[in-house]
Amino acid sequence: MPRDHYLNASYGIRSWLLTTDHKRIALLYLISVTFFFFIGGIFATMIRIHLLTPAGALVTPETYNKLFTMHGVAMIFFFLIPSIPAVLGNFLIPPMIGAKDLAFPKINLLSWYIYIIGGCFVLYSFSTGGLDTGWTFYTPLSSIYSNSAVTPAVLGIFINGFSSILTGLNFIVTIHTMRAPGMTWFRLPLFAWAHYATSLVMILGTPVVAITLLLAGLERMFHLGFFNPAMGGDPILFQHLFWFYSHPAVYIMILPSMGVVSEIIPTFARKPIFGYHFIAASSIAIAVIGFLVWAHHMFVTGESTYAALAFSFLSYLVAIPSAVKVFNWTASLYKGSISWDAPMLYALGFIGLFTIGGLTGLFLACLGLDIHIHDTYFVIAHFHYIMVGGAVMGYVGGLHYWWPKITGKLYPEALSRFAAIVLFIGFNLTFFPQFILGYLGMPRRYHSYPPEFQVLNVLSTAGASVLALGYLLPMAYLTWSMRYGKVAGPNPWPATGLEWKTDSPPPAENFHVTPVVDWEPYDYRNRPDLGLVAGASLTPAHGDD
Amino acid sequence: MHRTGELYGQFQTLEQQKESATLGMWIFLVTEVLFFGGMFLTYTINRHEYFTAFGVGSNTLDIKLGTINTAVLILSSLTMAMAVWSAQVGKKALVTGFLIATLALGSVFLGIKVVEYKQKFDHHLVPGRNFDVWYHSEHPLPSDDPKEIAAEREELEKATSSQNPKYDPDVNSHAQLYFSLYFAMTGLHALHMIVGAGLLIWLIKVSLSARFTPQYNNPVEIVGLYWHFVDIVWIYLFPLLYLIDRHR
Amino acid sequence: MQSQLPLYPPEASNFAPHVDSLMVFITTISFLFASAITVAIVYFFFKFHRQQPNAVGVPIYGDMRLEYAWIIVPLILALGMFSWGAVVYVDYRHNPPDTLDIYLIGKQWMWKVQQPNGLKEINELHVPVGRNVRLTLASEDVIHDFFVPAFRVKMDVVPGHYNTMWFRPTKPGRYHFFCSQYCGTNHAIMGGWVTVMEPTDYAAWLSGSSGAEANPVAAGEKLFVERACVTCHVANGTGRAPSLNGVYGAQVLLADGTTVAADDAYIRESILEPNAKIVAGYQPLMPTFQGQLTEEQILALIAYIRSLESQPVPEKGAGIAPSARK
Repeated sequence: MPRDHYLNASYGIRSWLLTTDHKRIALLYLISVTFFFFIGGIFATMIRIHLLTPAGALVTPETYNKLFTMHGVAMIFFFLIPSIPAVLGNFLIPPMIGAKDLAFPKINLLSWYIYIIGGCFVLYSFSTGGLDTGWTFYTPLSSIYSNSAVTPAVLGIFINGFSSILTGLNFIVTIHTMRAPGMTWFRLPLFAWAHYATSLVMILGTPVVAITLLLAGLERMFHLGFFNPAMGGDPILFQHLFWFYSHPAVYIMILPSMGVVSEIIPTFARKPIFGYHFIAASSIAIAVIGFLVWAHHMFVTGESTYAALAFSFLSYLVAIPSAVKVFNWTASLYKGSISWDAPMLYALGFIGLFTIGGLTGLFLACLGLDIHIHDTYFVIAHFHYIMVGGAVMGYVGGLHYWWPKITGKLYPEALSRFAAIVLFIGFNLTFFPQFILGYLGMPRRYHSYPPEFQVLNVLSTAGASVLALGYLLPMAYLTWSMRYGKVAGPNPWPATGLEWKTDSPPPAENFHVTPVVDWEPYDYRNRPDLGLVAGASLTPAHGDD
Repeated sequence: MHRTGELYGQFQTLEQQKESATLGMWIFLVTEVLFFGGMFLTYTINRHEYFTAFGVGSNTLDIKLGTINTAVLILSSLTMAMAVWSAQVGKKALVTGFLIATLALGSVFLGIKVVEYKQKFDHHLVPGRNFDVWYHSEHPLPSDDPKEIAAEREELEKATSSQNPKYDPDVNSHAQLYFSLYFAMTGLHALHMIVGAGLLIWLIKVSLSARFTPQYNNPVEIVGLYWHFVDIVWIYLFPLLYLIDRHR
Repeated sequence: MQSQLPLYPPEASNFAPHVDSLMVFITTISFLFASAITVAIVYFFFKFHRQQPNAVGVPIYGDMRLEYAWIIVPLILALGMFSWGAVVYVDYRHNPPDTLDIYLIGKQWMWKVQQPNGLKEINELHVPVGRNVRLTLASEDVIHDFFVPAFRVKMDVVPGHYNTMWFRPTKPGRYHFFCSQYCGTNHAIMGGWVTVMEPTDYAAWLSGSSGAEANPVAAGEKLFVERACVTCHVANGTGRAPSLNGVYGAQVLLADGTTVAADDAYIRESILEPNAKIVAGYQPLMPTFQGQLTEEQILALIAYIRSLESQPVPEKGAGIAPSARK
């Protein structure tokens, strides 16, 4: 371990709560998003237990409705959206591009505080009456009919939106102006490209959902009529405004995860990534086209047939850049020197689950099919494959990959491989049955269901217990390793990125001397400093080179 | 990060710092455009749907105060621009003077806005149970122009007269929608003005210690950007809220 | 039920086979892609496993031909999926002529059904096999959604306006229907059963069940008098408002010279927002009934107006466009 690093640069609770060091703020985020993940996870567990029997095994209908709503709100707004950007992005973007910090360190700290204040509002709502509107807050249910604590929740999400906006703003400016000498745009790590695209969505989408939820909140507080048909308002307008953000928000969750995978694969295959420019460009393409598909959530609201045709078409277009990424990642493995380390297992698990999630998106984008599977468990399964199988798998994989950089310690390798496999199996057991449930016609958000759906629900709940183990294991051994893990050294894998050129953990100012970049991204050939043998790529066993 | 002079530790050069701050403010303004955009869209759709009621609601606004406020705000943009220019050419005393002038004009705007809001309360034009779009024309205040009140009355009668091809029986409830949007949009704009005033006070404090130089004047410049943006929002709000139905 | 663990619900409407073939089509393509990627990953994973700790891979930066191939091929397949899906959807969103019209009202948390002869059902829907059925959906409170998995159709029920949906049942039986748009506490039990019957059974069921006292035509006629509609809408066309004889389903000529089809949505609008569309030659005199009629009463009025479809249309004093007169 280096003698001076960001963790021991100063001591005391004040040195953490008033820090402007992006690495410490990232750790503050790590603790807070883990807290919300835990809360959302408890709700999820209760949901799955409840659905063991057709009549509902655990709670009353009111409570069940609150459980799935609070699960969605906690997971989406307070875990998934900040997870990779605010933890890994915050920690890694400055060292990856050779900067001492983000462009606006104080704003970075401010956005954490905004997140905490928003989180307090939402927790207040959860603990005083709960929330039973669904995370989508459809009016007029949310603005008039619901008897739960909608107002504080809406305010909390409104406030939290600014945290996201400020993070996105900080990343965009940082990537534009803070790059080290020699770090050209096309030498940027794909993780940075992914975060650039994510930030675009954050700054362009979040304000719209913020104002929409504010209007819905005002409608509820002062009995106004923006979205209330009884007073001349239009509930469908709310859905348009809501999905204008909330569909692109899916890309806020998945793009950073794609960035993580694009880092892990070249490192553990020890070769440049296949089609760097295509992967970088596809991130931007996803962010841009992603803004043009929102009304595919509304095919059965009675929207105009022509609108539906246009939105279905655009939804198919947005699938192409995602497919391009998957093909490039797969091709990157060809003639690599592939190790079976845990981050690689997570990354490959991500590709598998994301592929299923992405392909099932094609089913939902299909107009004729959507009239049957819309708002059924098929949708639930699809977006959990994207958000949990994709985004969370990438997040956990990224945590493993950069854990030595963040803490300076290695995690137990065998246990972590085991956890990756448990997570993959548990996830599929939980969510694959839900595709079939959905096609059979089980609608989402049901606290009870006809008995013929029970077998698949029990299967799903059984899988969820395996999945829970898959999450608890890394939480336990990563925490353990902070104290007892082996010292990692600056570059344990070794990887080519700039963040690996500095100590683990890095010094407070990231680099002792400002680095100069004179190599292409993921280039193992001209890097004698990594201590690898360039010619010895393939062993005689498969010497078809 | 430590600061050396005016250079914050995360930056290498003043130039880089300035570029970052300016880009940051522009991006922030982009988010603001979308923030207001959601409300402008809601306004547009409802204006299209309830054409008459929005016209009626608009005609109850005090166009004199609105026009004065528009002039005040445009003038404040001028003084703000002058403050930025003074900082760039290094006229330290002028910077403070123009900033104070901008703050004063901003306060005048907010003061007039308070007067207008009070009128709405007095005239039962705040959405809610007591909302009554007829009240104003039936209970004019001494300060009201009798001609305006008569025109307003006529407008209302026309809107609810069944001879009118754009007859709107629900003019009262749809005018409430108009006033909901009026308060939401001008309220949010006023909130931005208050934030701007806070930023100006901070700038005045800094400029009193004569720290703005031709090399370092970025804070003045980016607050200026923000101030101009808030003005531009008003330039859109004024016609949409006050002028839409004045041509008759 | 095909087996203990079915993969798809019973196919009981004209849409079901189309939706199921779409499903098979997209599943096949998806399965091919997913398995190709899985096989490639697993194969590379073992084949190129690192043998020496300090070995590196072969530097390959990309291949333009491959990139173009895997942009263009998925794009073509995606367009295929889009087009096929669009055909089914457009068919679903365009109501065929000559439908059996049934009205549905969703309210927290039950469904009220009204058969063409006025027979009312709660959380039950009876339809004849082989006949195009059109449902007109109204909500009294929040957004609901009417979903029949066996028919593969659903449509949101949005307060403030009518949505319609249609299907042709193809197999007699009893099938679940659900509310599939979350609507509050008892969302999950806001469902019921569709009973598909042979046409003769359906006719017998309709006449056998005593719907007389709840006949919407009668209820509508009563309302028509009570609310004084009759004082202006005089049947022989001499009133201050157009006669409503024969207007249902016909083209109406408006003051601005355009014509509009007098369907349910138009009649509903004319009751709630009478001055949105003024019939040519008439003054905008009618008061609004917004907030004064329940969705059920509106449906009763529509049913009554519909019952006047076959009544003689007066030479003067009807709103029907001259060219469209029967």
